[in-house]
Amino acid sequence: MSAPVQSPRSFPADGNLRRRQLWNRVMLVLLVLGSLIVVAPLVLVLGAVVMKGIAAINLAFFLEPFRPLDEGGGGLAHAIVGTLLMNLLALLIGGVLGLAGGILLSEYPDHPINPTLRVISDLLNGLPALLKGLVVYAVVVIPTGQFSGYAGALALALIMVPIVLRATEGVLKLVPWSVREAGLALGLPRWRVILSLVLPAATSGVITGLMLGFARAAGEAAPLYFTAGGSQLLTFNLSQQVESLALSIYKYANEPSPLRQEQAWAASLVLTLLVLAASLLARWATRRWTS
Amino acid sequence: MTARPPEARISPLYRALGDRLFVGVVLALCLLIIGIVVLIGWQLAANGSRAFAAFGLLGFLGGTTWDPVANIFGAWPFILGTLITSVAALALAFFPALAVAIFAVEYAPRWLGNVLQYALELLASLPSVIYGLWGLLVLAPAVRGVQQAIVGWAFEREMDWLVQILGVPIGIGMTTAVIVLAVMVIPYAASLAKDSIALVPSTQREAAYGLGATKWEVIRNAVLPYARGGILAGVILGFTRALGETMAVVLVIGNNKNLPFTVFGSATTIPSAIVNEFGEAQGLQLSSLLALGFILFILSGAMNLLAAWIVKRMSVEGRL
Repeated sequence: MSAPVQSPRSFPADGNLRRRQLWNRVMLVLLVLGSLIVVAPLVLVLGAVVMKGIAAINLAFFLEPFRPLDEGGGGLAHAIVGTLLMNLLALLIGGVLGLAGGILLSEYPDHPINPTLRVISDLLNGLPALLKGLVVYAVVVIPTGQFSGYAGALALALIMVPIVLRATEGVLKLVPWSVREAGLALGLPRWRVILSLVLPAATSGVITGLMLGFARAAGEAAPLYFTAGGSQLLTFNLSQQVESLALSIYKYANEPSPLRQEQAWAASLVLTLLVLAASLLARWATRRWTS
Repeated sequence: MTARPPEARISPLYRALGDRLFVGVVLALCLLIIGIVVLIGWQLAANGSRAFAAFGLLGFLGGTTWDPVANIFGAWPFILGTLITSVAALALAFFPALAVAIFAVEYAPRWLGNVLQYALELLASLPSVIYGLWGLLVLAPAVRGVQQAIVGWAFEREMDWLVQILGVPIGIGMTTAVIVLAVMVIPYAASLAKDSIALVPSTQREAAYGLGATKWEVIRNAVLPYARGGILAGVILGFTRALGETMAVVLVIGNNKNLPFTVFGSATTIPSAIVNEFGEAQGLQLSSLLALGFILFILSGAMNLLAAWIVKRMSVEGRL
């Protein structure tokens, strides 16, 4: 009975454990701080866009095209029209191409070009949008001799293709094989099975892909800089130079006039809402096909 | 008189021919996609080849002069600017991105995890030109104040070398561009890291807890090593985004193509050079810009394939 036996209760007082628990707490604080650092810019950027955008937005912004500053400055109707027209055409082109790619990858899984197509689609997805615009410039704008809305739509379509393709492939693969087998057993040819049974079952997933593509392309300014060229006129004719909201923001950000900067903020707000609406639609469609 | 079997009334266009036609159309569209990507690479290379031919491949890549008047074009300042801004943005973004990923999966209650998920998606979907506008009109003035204070402090102590390195504190320049890029890169790196951390099997955590590890030790020794592939893939994807980011950078970096670059002073990147010089570019200058585009194509293409390879390797091992 000489040295006192250490009871298990005194064990946690051991210095090593205390250090480990302290370290545990320090790391939690650091993780929370890191998360706050991530959320802070979102609050700052969105806050600036909403506050300054709401202050600057008015009816003339939506209804009037560009006017010189001494005539009141006008609005951005020409950019809104251009954005919508080019993106809708791009949605058509990119949708068809992406859908075809998704169908090939999912419905013909053994096709020999599938591995190539998958790599190419990944590559296209990661390629800077700037390069897509630059190539459309070299291939379309230089030979035709002028910037045009069609060239802009083509560049935007290249942004959409890989997004639509991946979403289509993913959702088509979720359609059970028994659906296809049932159709084939009824004597339907394969193309009817795909078009009338598989695609309708996957509609909302395809919509998700289209909306995600739209959301990404609508905010792009760089590719349009080389293709659509920008314009100050309100036009519905895509064979001419066309303006877009993102292009206007880029141009007006550098203008010294406060009115132009206000219009840039207002355009940012409208563009953000447009992108947000497309993402929400995508999310809503996703919920429909996953539930 | 025998009744014709019903199949005979169905046109061949509907059956075998229809199938072949359908596959044909789908295949043609897919080949078009592949063709477009090949065309992108080929166009950039072919149009840029004049610049490569005029200065030599190494002469173009390593040349430090970009002078449209003298018709001398070297890409080194742009390559250097792109690499510095991208690497610095990634270094700045890495720990916050990892922190938010760990926090959202391991610590946050479900509702908070969802909120963080929405926040990341929102950050990723905001158009880059809006980040540029914010960087130019809101961030740059704020950064300028801090920069002037730092330079003033260095100036008072007569640390000329430091003043030289820091450069002109005008707010627009390398530092601001790096901050904006970091903000844009975070959601990419964080989402992939978050997904791969969430996929770490809970037995992995339980085993570590069973050995008496604290929560942080579980994360550090059992979760993060398991998820490192996804974290790495996210970092590479973020790097790719930073490399090709155009409008946000061109608005805030100041577009100075003269080496040496300073910490605060204005600089340039490949995309910002292409946008800036494109307007008046013709002949050799235009093909030099397309050659710059080709360098960017190779850089981002390689990074993408690397990220895809890492993700694929992880899924082969059953980790994703």
